[in-house]
Amino acid sequence: MAEPVPNPVLRIENLRKSFGGLVVTDGVSLDINAGELHAVIGPNGAGKTTLINQISGTLEPSSGAIYLNGDDITALPPNRRAERGLARSFQITSVLPRFSALENVALAVQARSGSSYQFIGRADRESALNDAAMQALTEVSLDSRADILAAHLSHGEKRALELAIALAMQPKLLLLDEPMAGTGPKESERLIVVLQRLKGRFAMMLVEHDMNAVFALADRISVLTYGRILASGAPAAVRADPAVMTAYLGEELE
Amino acid sequence: MSLAVTSTSRGRHYEALPVAIFLVLALAPLAAAFGAETYLLGLFTRVMIYGIAALALDFICGYGGLVSFGHAAFVGIGAYTAGIFSAHGITDMAITLPVALLVSALFAWLTGTVCLRTKSVYFIMITLAFGQMIYFVAGSLSPYGGDDGMTLKLRSTLFGFPVLQNDRALYYAVLVFLLASYLLCRAIVASRFGRVFRGARDNPTRMATIGYDVFRYQRVAYVIAGCLGGLSGFLLANATEFVSPSFMSWQRSGELIIMVLFGGIGTLHGAIVGAAAFLLLEDMLGGITENWKLIFGPMLVLIVLFARGGLLGLTQSLWERLRRG
Repeated sequence: MAEPVPNPVLRIENLRKSFGGLVVTDGVSLDINAGELHAVIGPNGAGKTTLINQISGTLEPSSGAIYLNGDDITALPPNRRAERGLARSFQITSVLPRFSALENVALAVQARSGSSYQFIGRADRESALNDAAMQALTEVSLDSRADILAAHLSHGEKRALELAIALAMQPKLLLLDEPMAGTGPKESERLIVVLQRLKGRFAMMLVEHDMNAVFALADRISVLTYGRILASGAPAAVRADPAVMTAYLGEELE
Repeated sequence: MSLAVTSTSRGRHYEALPVAIFLVLALAPLAAAFGAETYLLGLFTRVMIYGIAALALDFICGYGGLVSFGHAAFVGIGAYTAGIFSAHGITDMAITLPVALLVSALFAWLTGTVCLRTKSVYFIMITLAFGQMIYFVAGSLSPYGGDDGMTLKLRSTLFGFPVLQNDRALYYAVLVFLLASYLLCRAIVASRFGRVFRGARDNPTRMATIGYDVFRYQRVAYVIAGCLGGLSGFLLANATEFVSPSFMSWQRSGELIIMVLFGGIGTLHGAIVGAAAFLLLEDMLGGITENWKLIFGPMLVLIVLFARGGLLGLTQSLWERLRRG
């Protein structure tokens, strides 16, 4: 008997995106299973962020399909995808600068608990929202900075805040677009530890240039070049793949 | 910890100002009794009526980042609802006020559906366009005076009683409406809904990826602001016993924006201060010269340049400087 096929959290089928004559995503298909951390690596301009934007819904694919837990979400707007359990972080930090760290996260909790069409009662005093938000902040070790305005956080702290926002959404799938970008070695180490702690709770797709992070975290790696998947598999297999060596990893691993 | 302490003490200082504003407004008629009562009552009634419209504009502008250049349209809609009903002999507020609010809400819903698809300058231009549209519609209503407007035969009544006939009664009725509008806006800003609305100003993309349909929240806020604009117009028609298309000209929309900036954007009570400052200056400077805007214009430029928070910000920084000695 054949092994039962696991139902992937995310399935992408033959996704294509072109801007005029430029094909940025060229027939990408990939699966991410429950609890799996799937890293997508590739040189600059390979189409990694474009791929994430299509999955999260901020960019419409030219053709192909995206399934979340078996449902076709290709035509849904970003907020409807979020309702179904898709969370993301941005390559360029995207938080609410004029809200405290706690309120940034509390807003994500609020989106998941009851109606937001409530016009009376102070939202910032709802302890159920604040407690859940504080828990998410604690998980990324940002609880001591809860009252600080997001605009005043350091770059690494903002990256951690983005993670906390994503956590508070109780995602089924988390898309991480270069979470280490622009962080120093110390902060990167801290983020890797946080991600290791979160691994397995939900499926994650990690786009990252930091190879230490990728090989420390990934269950599977896909290599993207010119909008196509060049290779996909376990980290050791991808590392050994001669095509990958020449196309991307090159000297870095010698 | 120290941060929490400073924020609460600052919060208390902040509370003192709205309380003072409403106290002054509540006591003003007593002072007016020693002077030119009718004149002063009329002036302050207008201050409060424009205060409601400016408050509504500050709500969407200062908290939602939606700079509407057509907010006077709602004032006009409210005024014309009262005027048209009155022309047909219907003056009971129990009927006319809900209708005025409903028509304003409907106009806000329909135009908001279009306007809110656009951003920044385009939003400003398209709200202006809708404002001008309704302005010309009003001017073409020849049975109701066309370009000249029309006088109201009677102020609004409530269940048959002429409750607004007395100027002082009208004054206090308007004060109650202003206070209610202010408290409503304040509650909304701090509520779950308000937090989403404020978040959408900060970063709409982030709000969408958290799971909020930003457009729908903004449209509801736009409808709320439209209703308050309509309320303001309804009261204005009663106060002046007159309606005309000039109520909704683009100059009026611009004046509402000036009131908000003048008082201090994003504070709500600042809008009331701004409305008062604008109308009182207009009145005083208008007594000196016909070209009062020659004096008012540079004042506005100075305020916007040197006091980012408007009059409110100016008084607050002076207050803090005094306390530090």
